[in-house]
Amino acid sequence: MPKKITIEPVTRVEGHGKVTIQMDDFGNVKDSRLHIVEFRGFERFVQGRPYWEAPVLVQRLCGICPVSHHLAAAKALDVIVGAGTGHGLTAVGEKMRRLMHYGQFFQSHVLHFFHLSSPDFLFGIDGDPALRNIIGVAMEHKDLAVQGVMMRKYGQEIIARTAGKKIHGTGAIPGGINKNLSLEEKEFLLNGADPLNADKMVEWSVGALEFFKTYHAGNRDMVDNFAAFPSNHLSIVREDGAMDLYNGVLRAVDNDGKRILHDVDCQDYDKYIEEEVRNWSYMKFPYIKELGKEKGWYRVGPLSRLNTCDFIPTPLAQKEFEEFKAYTNGKPNGMSLHYHWARLIELLHTAEMIRDLLKDPDLQNDDLVTKGEKLHKGVGVIEAPRGTLFHHYEIDDNDQITLANLIVSTTNNNQPMNTAVNLTAKAFMNGQQEITEPMMNAVEVAIRAYDPCLSCATHALGQMPLEMTIVDTNNNIIDHKIK
Amino acid sequence: MSEEIKFKIDGKEIIAKKGQTIVEAAKDNGVYIPTLCNFEGVKPKGSCRICSVKVNNRFMTSCTTPAAPGMEVYNNTTEISDLRKSIIELLFVSGNHFCPACEKSGNCELQGLAYKYQMMVPRFPYSFKKHGVIATGPKLLKEQDRCILCQRCMKTIKDESGKRYYAFHNRGTKLEVVMDEEMSKTIPDELARQAMKNCPVGSIIYKEIGFAEPIGTRKFDKQSIGSEIETN
Repeated sequence: MPKKITIEPVTRVEGHGKVTIQMDDFGNVKDSRLHIVEFRGFERFVQGRPYWEAPVLVQRLCGICPVSHHLAAAKALDVIVGAGTGHGLTAVGEKMRRLMHYGQFFQSHVLHFFHLSSPDFLFGIDGDPALRNIIGVAMEHKDLAVQGVMMRKYGQEIIARTAGKKIHGTGAIPGGINKNLSLEEKEFLLNGADPLNADKMVEWSVGALEFFKTYHAGNRDMVDNFAAFPSNHLSIVREDGAMDLYNGVLRAVDNDGKRILHDVDCQDYDKYIEEEVRNWSYMKFPYIKELGKEKGWYRVGPLSRLNTCDFIPTPLAQKEFEEFKAYTNGKPNGMSLHYHWARLIELLHTAEMIRDLLKDPDLQNDDLVTKGEKLHKGVGVIEAPRGTLFHHYEIDDNDQITLANLIVSTTNNNQPMNTAVNLTAKAFMNGQQEITEPMMNAVEVAIRAYDPCLSCATHALGQMPLEMTIVDTNNNIIDHKIK
Repeated sequence: MSEEIKFKIDGKEIIAKKGQTIVEAAKDNGVYIPTLCNFEGVKPKGSCRICSVKVNNRFMTSCTTPAAPGMEVYNNTTEISDLRKSIIELLFVSGNHFCPACEKSGNCELQGLAYKYQMMVPRFPYSFKKHGVIATGPKLLKEQDRCILCQRCMKTIKDESGKRYYAFHNRGTKLEVVMDEEMSKTIPDELARQAMKNCPVGSIIYKEIGFAEPIGTRKFDKQSIGSEIETN
């Protein structure tokens, strides 16, 4: 009998999402959708606010990666206050922001892998749900759990010393930064008591990567075939093609590695990117205009960044990058679970960047802010942990915001996550008599590979049980399960 | 010969100079009584009521009540603290005080008092009035949703001839403090910065310097409101 399965909300994913799976008469998946069922409205209620409030206000979209929104907004406002794009800031302005950003990347990637995704690898997708969580990891794999907690703490300590506090700071202001890094703060972060120091973070990042690679070697079929599909990939890259998570030009490649966006200026993003609205989700569907809705959608995030960049400008991560690229013979990698592999290579990259940046004496400079001729429009594009993040603001003569457009990472990955959900549902549910908990978790594993946090595209408070509803073709409920 | 006036606040002996109000004498003797509308050098009016104390068993505003010999003043009691907390809550619900994105956060006296009196959730319903932002001036903007109508700006920000930059507009529930649009175009830079400083909340904001003062260095980040006065 045809039926529809609903997974609502999705667990170990921050924010409120729902999955519906439509089954046909033969028990096969006919269609599936990842819905974003709540509405945020930040783009509307920042209208009328003075522009310098945006970096502090809009970061409230999220508690996991507020720094990304904070910096993307500040970058857009750099343009508005005449400080230019990217390298227009003073050395300390740019480097403090980079340090903040790498600290954010580090803690967010740790959270994503250790806290939210590692239970699936350690206990299996079909493992006991009571154990398949971070508490289970702490009980059964104490060393790994301690590393995860301490690494996240280290990233948060960097954010506190660059943004003013661990969550929702105020460090980046239009045209620069509001503080430098004192020598005491530098010493604390660079050579702090074990394990909270830069060298240990590099060492543990190498260890996390080894953990994944060992798992991969033992489960190659599953890791390589789980929600693998071809797609375009988009990210910013440095002008010379290097991975750059803070600043650069927009580049996109297709599934064969052919450039479909040729290192274009981020200020012109709206010439190249369009967003489609569909009536069943509050999350929009972006695509590259020139290619159209059907062929123009793309992936963002760690996997895409490794697919678009030419090299990684830190030695240990570059070595891992070469191994990663060799696995697909230099072609773009479309395997969803390889997001974790790419994520851990980035984790190592950010650990190296943090270590090197902390030794830079520019961080102690006092020329914090630069300004020039004011403009009425500014676009800030940054690589957030989950992918490319666009902030676009326009202001009037009274310094009030008249327009805000945000394309968050989760939104950029909307179609890819839908595709991954669809492939996973087909792989695990086709022809099955009964829908079991591991099947539902598999769908969530697909979402978690991309994004453990839907809150920038939605919102959620409180308990998040997993709910599945099975309905027939007329949408009559014939079964209902709550996890 | 100066005359000394002796009276008590919460049982502590206070020695006041003749002509001092309770709040002034308290300050000189290391006792903090909160104020919002009161401002040094300006004739007090007692309009915000946050400085209310109990004098001889009656509520009085300490900024307007002269110290008198033998007074029994109560400042730090459960009843008075709750009264002050309710005033703070009323001010919060009658505006839109979104501290996380307010430039004055950390330097805001209303926020400082909310922390001091441990306001968690206001007991009164929010009014959700939308007054908006007046941002037409080149140096200052006026965030009307944060204004507590204390009149400090009206009384302290004047041009060389004594003309006020700020004045009341409308009446009753529509009452608001507005800046003279013509005068706002030529306000000297120093006076504009003083206007922001004198405002006890984040209603008067000097443009384009938002959040330049880092977290941790702001006035009430370092010490709680009133602690510079309290000696015991």
